Parts: sequence; structure tokens; C-alpha cells
Amino acid sequence: MAQVPPDSATLLPRPFRVARVRRELGDVRTLALEAFDGRGPMVFRPGQFTMVYVFGIGEVPLSISGDPAKPDVLVHTVRAVGAVTRAVCAAKKDDVLGVRGPYGEGWPVEAASGRDVVIMAGGLGLAPLRPLVRMILARRGAFGRVVVLVGARRPSSVLFSRDLAQWRARFDLDVRATVDAGDSTWNGDVGVITTLVPRVTFDPGKTTAFICGPEVMMRFAASDLVDQGVPPELIFLSLERNMKCAVGVCGRCQFGPAFVCKDGPVFSYARIAGSLRIREI
Amino acid sequence: MTEPVRVLYRHDFQHLLDALAHRGYRIIGPTVRDGAVVYDEIGAASDLPEGWTDRQDGGTYRLERRDDAALFGYTVGPHSWKKFLFPPRIRLWQADREPQGYTLRPESLAAAPYAFLGVRSCELHAMAIQDKVFMDTDPLYRAHRERAFLVAVNCGQAGGTCFCVSMKTGPRAESGFDLALTEILEDERHAFTIEAGTARGREVLRMLPTAEAGAVDLEAAERCTARAVQQMGRSMDTEGVPELLARNLDHPRWDEVASRCLACANCTLACPTCFCSTVEDTTDLTGDHAERWRSWDSCFTMDFSYLHGGSVRSSTKARYRQWLTHKLSTWHDQFGTSGCVGCGRCITWCPVAIDLTAEVAAIRDSEGGHGHDR
Amino acid sequence: MDTIDELLSRHQFFKGLKPEYLALIAGCARNVHFETGAYLAREGEASDRFFAIRGGTVAVETHIPSRSPVTLQTLNEGDILGWSWLFPPYVWQFDARAQSDIRATVFDGACLRTKCDADPVLGYDLMKRLARQVSSRLEATRHQLLDVYGPGPTG
Repeated sequence: MAQVPPDSATLLPRPFRVARVRRELGDVRTLALEAFDGRGPMVFRPGQFTMVYVFGIGEVPLSISGDPAKPDVLVHTVRAVGAVTRAVCAAKKDDVLGVRGPYGEGWPVEAASGRDVVIMAGGLGLAPLRPLVRMILARRGAFGRVVVLVGARRPSSVLFSRDLAQWRARFDLDVRATVDAGDSTWNGDVGVITTLVPRVTFDPGKTTAFICGPEVMMRFAASDLVDQGVPPELIFLSLERNMKCAVGVCGRCQFGPAFVCKDGPVFSYARIAGSLRIREI
Repeated sequence: MTEPVRVLYRHDFQHLLDALAHRGYRIIGPTVRDGAVVYDEIGAASDLPEGWTDRQDGGTYRLERRDDAALFGYTVGPHSWKKFLFPPRIRLWQADREPQGYTLRPESLAAAPYAFLGVRSCELHAMAIQDKVFMDTDPLYRAHRERAFLVAVNCGQAGGTCFCVSMKTGPRAESGFDLALTEILEDERHAFTIEAGTARGREVLRMLPTAEAGAVDLEAAERCTARAVQQMGRSMDTEGVPELLARNLDHPRWDEVASRCLACANCTLACPTCFCSTVEDTTDLTGDHAERWRSWDSCFTMDFSYLHGGSVRSSTKARYRQWLTHKLSTWHDQFGTSGCVGCGRCITWCPVAIDLTAEVAAIRDSEGGHGHDR
Repeated sequence: MDTIDELLSRHQFFKGLKPEYLALIAGCARNVHFETGAYLAREGEASDRFFAIRGGTVAVETHIPSRSPVTLQTLNEGDILGWSWLFPPYVWQFDARAQSDIRATVFDGACLRTKCDADPVLGYDLMKRLARQVSSRLEATRHQLLDVYGPGPTG
């Protein structure tokens, strides 16, 4: 369980300036933020998130999607689905957003040390996984085979295609992408992400997996990896729930006994498989 | 610490309030308003619900006149002390737009310290439970809580919906108070045994005109407690409840209670340990001044679990199950204790009289009886 | 009261299976009833059995947080439910809920596998029937995926 800082229930956001905005997809933006309150950059671990505040409008949990080795620039990727996220996506260079965090248990990279790594990203799930990939590539020798599987709805919704192209160009990384429905622009695989698993090489008994995407996708992907022989306690999922405080006091993010904000958002499949099957838990 | 128990006579009771006021406390105590005994700021002993008692049952609360002049002859009403330690609506901070972003002004923690008069044993336990949630995270809670002077009053009768004995939270206050009183009304004699539980309790006690408590007083106080125990009408079999509920998340009883539950959230408002909240960001018309407010919320609202265009718990069944399994089961995983203190408020204030002791018993009695092939 | 093999002989899936084979596999089966709303199978649970549905409608579903459960397909009289019993780890991939009262015959997977191993001709016949079921469901699922009633490429 992540230690929440004392007195964190006052929920004070720090001002960050928007340094860069990149349009990833029609409704998805990546924002690069810089601290300017003199308290230094926000150092984070892959898989952690922040609460981002738009002055007077509201706050929303956002995954950190940047490089943990370069915390001077705090990067978030966000899809416009509501009032606050639309406002975040509309932010321009030099606008000021409030940020508090980082929160949550990140991806346990040390659990993959010396082992093969399988990363499965569905849709926007690639955002909290990108920092993990960056960290693994920075210490590539510490891991066995590294496989990155990406699933998207259709060719136009594949996220971070530039990063994917760079990763595909390496010889020490196996990167595959598939879409649920193809079109004439796509010559790649079509099918759900689990169809990629039998096509890549890894030693299941010596693998640690990290999965992020829509919850139903994570359920099936994790179940599939367990079928292949990956130990369930070494398959990690990142959950999402309604959050207001992110420090375990508002009660909204509870998932069975766990607070997704401070006990998660990353959980081992062994720990949550039972709860995932309970409807409306 | 074993302190000698003293006796404070009824005609000297105002001295207790005066001593607390003299020390700068804002006294919050029971008073009659809107047909109930509520907690509010009081100044005089005449503000107390003298001669009143409450008649409670599932979905029922009525005040009735007693045939004596007891000051604390009621049990618990719709309010709990969380109303003051964890206020229903507070501002967390204000901010003003600047050319270079915004400046933030958090709320100050200064406030006159409270003295709570009339804290029941179950309520002391409820405070200890909320301490585990808020002491290390909420500086406002901590500031109020550390300064709050607690005058416990031991129950001399059981409320209609209480079950503190089976929850091991009463009826007698054992610790966690600055002063503890037991009201004795026997044979024309009206007095209070009074004992200190802390150094500052001892200091206040020394300011009062008290006499040494004799065997007669101590025995009378014990009779009060015994009466409360004997009258208790409900109980919760707490044996293995966390595991019982955790392995019965698909039990048909949840559908049954959902057909009665209105998801009105009364139980969460009345419950002394419920702590869920929401946060609201507002701005004025100019858009240059913003505020963040926190207010009580309930897991029974549709908004509470809203995610990606819908509620994770959209059925009443799922929301009732969340409330009860949190209160009696997952609270143990999170905070190491039950979330329930047996005060009975959720039973009294439920418009359809849902009784959580009965719901737990029903699940225990019919475990494993889901639809299955035969 | 019909015996199990008599009931099975009238079931669409087993049409044409030799009577002695029907009697053999009937030894792995018993008749069951489910009330509306009951679950024949739950995602993630051990699935070492399969059902021949003789009456009623079964909804094959999955649940997605914040949405009502999604029914992927409905199965009726003459259909079968479940082939996870064929391949380890024998785990149901979806929920199967009785949308109405259900009459079915349930087969124990381990028993069936043993009998198929012992008699490969029986095994081959059952596999062909299952393969046809699976392949026609796959075709249907592919057609469902086209979302032909949807708003079109811009939607």
C-alpha cells in the first residue's frame, strides 16, 4: 500500500505550466507540464497517477505517461470524455494547470527483474505503460525477453505510433499491434489482443506481465496468460475507479477491500481475480 | 489509571458547564429540537433534554416524556459527533487567478476547541474508528479531535435499536474520555458519579464541587449499566462476520433487501463512522476566484461510483451490498476493526426499517442456498 | 418418463448418433433444471461439464463496469453450452444465465473425455459435432463484429 503523505486530505494542487501539447488522436492529447513553484519536479514511478486541476472547473485522475528518468517534464495523456478532461485537452502552451501527486502503487518493475516481460496495452492503456517500457529499456540488460502487445479499436486509434515505431526498430524488443476491425490502410493483424499471445516467444513460467486497458480486456488477457502458465501473482493490472481525493478518504474508489487510489491502481491478478468476477462490486 | 470516583449532585451540574466554558471550550451537547434529541451548542443545564426519553424501533423515533427529571434519559439521536469533527460541508481552500497561474489559500485550522457533553460509549468507539481514517490525513479533523474535551455519559437504559453489548462497544465507557458520568436517579436522589480519564479531565474535575463516591453511589451506577445491558433487544453475532459476508457476495439475500431499500442514504448520514465524501470545485461569476469544498457523500448515490459514462454500482442491490460489506467486512481489511458500533441509528432512521443485524443473520442462516442445479 | 438417451436422441446436437453411443454417454449425464435468473456457468469457475439445452433460453454474457451486462449470444433448445471442458485448464470464459426456466442435460467433462479416449470413434464423432457448433458460432460472431447496423465508418 502506498504511503499517503500526511495532511494530504487538504487536496492542494501545485501550479504547473503547459510546455507542450501534442494531438495524439482526435480526442486524445498529451500534455507536457513543468513545475514553476520552486518546489522542483514531480518525481514519479511508472504506473502512478496525479490529480490534475483546471482552475474553477474541477479535477480528474490522469495517468503519467512520460519518462520517469526525465521528471523535469511531467507528461500526461488524456482523452476528452467529460467537462474536466475536455478542458484539459483544450489547454494551450503556457496555460497553468494544478497538479497534486504522484499517487498510487506503480508497476512493480523489480518483480520482472531477470525474467521475461510481457506488456499488454489495450487502447489508452498504453499511456500508463509507456513509462514502464521506458524504464525497462533504460536497464534492458536486467530483463529477459521483452514483448509489447498493443490492441486498438481500429487503425486510426493506435496510440503513440511514433514510440511504437522506435520500439519496433530495436532488435531486443518484440512489438506487435492488432486492431479489432481493420481497413484498407492497415496491413497488420486484426483480432483481439489475446490472439497475439501465441505468436510471440516468452517463457511463461519465468514471465512477469503488465496489463492495462478496459477492465474486460484486462480480465480476458490475464486469464489467457494464466492459461499459458504465467503465475497469477506476477501478472499486474491497473484499475480505474471514480476518485475525488486520491488519498483513501473519500471512499469512492473502493474495489472490495482495496482503495484503488492508494492500494492500487496496480494490483496483482492473484489478489483481485475473485473481485473482478463480482458484478458491480 | 484508577482515580477515585466522585459524586456531583444535580443542583451543582451547571458548575460542569461553567468550568468548561471558563476553559474556553465551545460546549456541544444534547438538546431537544424538531422532535428529536440533537447535538448542538449549549450553555446551560436547562438546554439539556431534561425529562425526555426516546422510543426507537426500526424506522421509528419518537420523543416521550419521562416520569422523572433525568438529564440524559435518552439514548442516541440522528446526530453523531462526526458532525463536528468531520463537518458536513467545509471549504478546503480558495484560489485566485493570477497572470502567472493562481495563488492558493488553504483554510486555517483555528477554531475554538469543542467540549462534547453526553458522549455514549458507542460514540467513543465510533470516534476511535474515524480517527483511523482521518487523524493522519486530515489536519482539520486532527486539530478538532486533539482539542476536543469528551464528557462521556454512561447509558442507564438501552435504546430500542441498540446492540452495543454484542459489538463490545458498551454500554459502559471504559476509556477514551476526559470525564465520564453515570446519572443516578433513585429515591429522590439525583446525582452523577463522575470520574476522570485524563490529566485535563482531572483538572476540570478538581474545579467542581464534588463529594467522595460511596458504595451506595457505585452500586447505583452499576445498576444503571446492568439495566442497559438487560434491556438490550438486539444483538449481532459477530463471529466470523467479515468472512461470512466476503464469501456471500452473490447471496440472493442482497436482492431481497434491495427490493426494500430506497437508497435514500439516511443510514450513511446517521451512522457515526461513515466517512465518504465528495469534492466540489466552484468558481464565482468572474471566473477569477475558485474554491474547493468537501461535503458528506454516500455510497448510495448514483454519482458515487460514476465511471466512463455509468455507475459501477448502478443497482440498489450493489449499493446496499457495498455499504454493508464495507461496514462489517472490508472495514477490517482497511482499518483493523469493524466499522459498526451497534448504535442502532441505521435501523431507526431507515424509512423501511431495514435491520442490519437481521440481514447478517439471514445470510448466515441460509449460506450456500443460491439457485443451483438439482 | 423418458430415459436420458431417449431425450438426447431427440436433441439437435446428437441427431444421428448411434443408440449404443447415446447410452454410453448418457452414463456421464443427468437432467437438470434452472430457474429464471440462475447461472449455469460463471466466468472464471471450473467448467468441467457441458449442457445440452432442451428447453428455455440461456444468455451468454460478460459484465463491464458501468454498463449493464452484455449478452453476447442466446442459446435455445437444441443448442449446447460449453466447450471449455475439452481443453485444460477447464475454466468458463463467460457467464451463462437462464433467461427463462431451463431444462437441460448436463455432462461431466472428465467422464466424457475418458469415454472418448477409450473409444476414438465416439470421440471423433463428438469432436466433429462440436467443431461444427464452434465454427458456426465463429461465423456468426464475425458477422456480429461487422456492426452493420451501426452509424458507419465515421461513427
